Amino acid sequence: MYKGQRWKLIVTLIILGASIWYIWPSLRVYTMSKQQFAALPAEQAEKLRDKALRLGLDIQGGMHLVLEVDRTGLNEQEAKDAVDRAREVIENRVNQFGVTEPLIQRQGENRIVVQLPGLLDPQRAKTLIGQTALLEFVIVKTPDETRALLDRLDAAVATRVPAASDTSKYPYFDPAKPISSRMLSLEKGGVFFAEEDLPDVQTFLSAIGADTVTMLDSRLLWGSEAAFMQGRAGKILYFLEKKPELTGAEVATARVGMGMDPERPDSPGVMLNFTRRGATIFSRVTGANVGRQLAIVLDGNVRSDPVIRQRIPRGEASITGSFTDKEAADLSIVLRAGALPAPLNVIEERTVGPSLGQDSVQKGIKAGIIASIMVILFMLIYYRFSGVISIIALVLNIWLLLAVLGAFHATLTLPGLAGIILTIGMAVDANVLIFERIREELRTGKTVARSIEFGYQRAFRTILDSNLTTLITALVLFQFGTGPIKGFAVTLSIGLIANMFTAVFVTKIIFDGIVARRRLETLSI
Amino acid sequence: MLRIFGDLDIKWMRRRKFAYMASGALLAISIISLIAHGGPRLSVDFTGGTVIEAKIEPPQHADKIRAAVDRAGIGKPEIQNIGEGGAYLFRLGLLELKTNAFPKIEAAIESSVPGTTVTLLREETVGPKIGSELRNKAVWAVLIAMGGILIYVGWRYEFMMALGAVIALFHDVLMTVGFISVLNIELSLTVLAALLTIAGYSINDTIVVFDRVREQSRLLRRENFERVIDISVNQTLSRTVLTVFTVVLTIVALLIWGGEVIRDFAVAMLFGVSIGTYSSVYVASALALDIRGTGTTKLRK
Repeated sequence: MYKGQRWKLIVTLIILGASIWYIWPSLRVYTMSKQQFAALPAEQAEKLRDKALRLGLDIQGGMHLVLEVDRTGLNEQEAKDAVDRAREVIENRVNQFGVTEPLIQRQGENRIVVQLPGLLDPQRAKTLIGQTALLEFVIVKTPDETRALLDRLDAAVATRVPAASDTSKYPYFDPAKPISSRMLSLEKGGVFFAEEDLPDVQTFLSAIGADTVTMLDSRLLWGSEAAFMQGRAGKILYFLEKKPELTGAEVATARVGMGMDPERPDSPGVMLNFTRRGATIFSRVTGANVGRQLAIVLDGNVRSDPVIRQRIPRGEASITGSFTDKEAADLSIVLRAGALPAPLNVIEERTVGPSLGQDSVQKGIKAGIIASIMVILFMLIYYRFSGVISIIALVLNIWLLLAVLGAFHATLTLPGLAGIILTIGMAVDANVLIFERIREELRTGKTVARSIEFGYQRAFRTILDSNLTTLITALVLFQFGTGPIKGFAVTLSIGLIANMFTAVFVTKIIFDGIVARRRLETLSI
Repeated sequence: MLRIFGDLDIKWMRRRKFAYMASGALLAISIISLIAHGGPRLSVDFTGGTVIEAKIEPPQHADKIRAAVDRAGIGKPEIQNIGEGGAYLFRLGLLELKTNAFPKIEAAIESSVPGTTVTLLREETVGPKIGSELRNKAVWAVLIAMGGILIYVGWRYEFMMALGAVIALFHDVLMTVGFISVLNIELSLTVLAALLTIAGYSINDTIVVFDRVREQSRLLRRENFERVIDISVNQTLSRTVLTVFTVVLTIVALLIWGGEVIRDFAVAMLFGVSIGTYSSVYVASALALDIRGTGTTKLRK
């Protein structure tokens, strides 16, 4: 064994050793049953999973969301921070929700990608992630103030909204009092409108739009739930102070509690504990406003409007209403994690059920095995002993491909799996090129050793050029790709690079070893 | 030693006019099909919209499902029975992204066809913005890939040969798009991946022939370029056929056993790889010959 040969062998062994090191965690994770994995200590399981190949959502099932941060109405600095802030908040929420291996990434200028493996309730996930969750505690105007504000609102609507004075359809409404003549009652701080009048009132209010706040020095917000008055269904409009006394930023913890609403003892609510600062403010505000109503506002809807009976020094509050258990649990998560700095829009959503992924993988693996067997048989029949060498290279090619994927903790997607299977077909190409070339050299009457030497030398340039050009398209695909397609580009690229090593470098070592050991007169090729 | 071909002496380039005609005819069919269908049939990935794949047990007639779903208040989705075992595909236009269509479909079917259960296999919703972005990106991806190859091959070989190679590549991709259109297969992200892989494969094959041309033109200085190409194609023919064979073996395995998700990918690949092999000889080499003339100017390197 001459010098260069030993050096090559050492390189190969190092690469082999490294590949075993990198593939080992994946092998363990995916050959273990679910129960075995669950039995592992949490820390060890986490470590193992971190080092193993990830399975794409299209394989294990789950949800892929792309959200766009709506930055209208933010100033420059806020807009700059909004996306990163939003990402942190989402990460907090998702972590508290308890999804294994979530992926939350900023993408480009104003997008966030969220991947939730194994989660199959898209509606719930979207509310959990997309809810702004801006919680505010706002004092409700007194009934007298409200009455005065209603008068001013009437005047404004009557003069500025022409449709409001058109009473031909509803002769019983006073054209001079388009709002207050439609209300059914004014109780405490809330103005009740019946269901059938809601569209009109809402149109009028939106017609004067944002001006209402400045005009009336007050915020107008709707109650979040349907209310009932005199046997009719409708909604309550609240007149609130402009500035909130306290926001969700002062909430330290939130948890689900029961029996906080005497009217609904069986339905769950959310218990809030304020931070120390929040508790001080809350204590002062409740002390100064005994007898008035405090509206609890979530994302611009009034959730409840309790009357302050006395000063509340302990810094606790609760949100009640008709929640299901899940809704209450999700709301408490969202409040703990904090509010989003800006609203989010879902612009892409992909959900894959676990059965489809399982099925596709099983089929993919079956196709891969059959393809391998066919290719191996063909190489054996056509090239006989040299075929064996190319099969060693092929197996090593796939093995290295998996090891590199494991080393980068890459995600294996279905198109990625197709890429691996395709690699099986393309990997032998390099060997076919070399072998055909060696045959040509043999035919010109060269010795076995020289034919091998020339064959490799001449075929190498072809292989390099052809693999590099294919690599160009694979890299473009990677740049372009989203999710699954990226997975395909990755496996294809790594497959090509590994191919240069296994099909050229490794097979050459084997041939050289054989030629050096025994002086071959003929070569089985 | 098993050999598929002995020493060959086929005059490939002499018949290139026929090949041009055949390519022209196939391209015409592709373009006519594309025009008749109003462009390639784009999937939701590119148009925006919602696709739902659901399993309905026991399997029902598509008309029955259609009648139920039409009442669900989500418009009139296109419904297609795919594969065995009651899997159905629902294609919906652009809905507001906040609404989840599956619960509505589920409720509508389970209530109007008693005794059925509906399970979600996958649901994909793509907003119009992402759709048009992906469309742009796809076109750019193909153009950049071709540009990159043009530069690399132009640098390693000769600009005229690179031009032939890139035209061949474009020929293969366009024809595969046409073929997909004839079969009425959707152009999805997966099929796009197939198209770019075909581009990669096509160039790979072309390079093998070109490499031999480069080598032979140095050895056979007296021969004209046409003869050099013929000799090179003959010498590399067994490799070409063997490699196509192994690649086609794996694609056929994917096609038969790979399942629904991979099928369109495999169909496109199978066609593209076959065309790619043909085009290395009859488009890339033949065009290089016609563009640069028959003289054996020195090939670089």
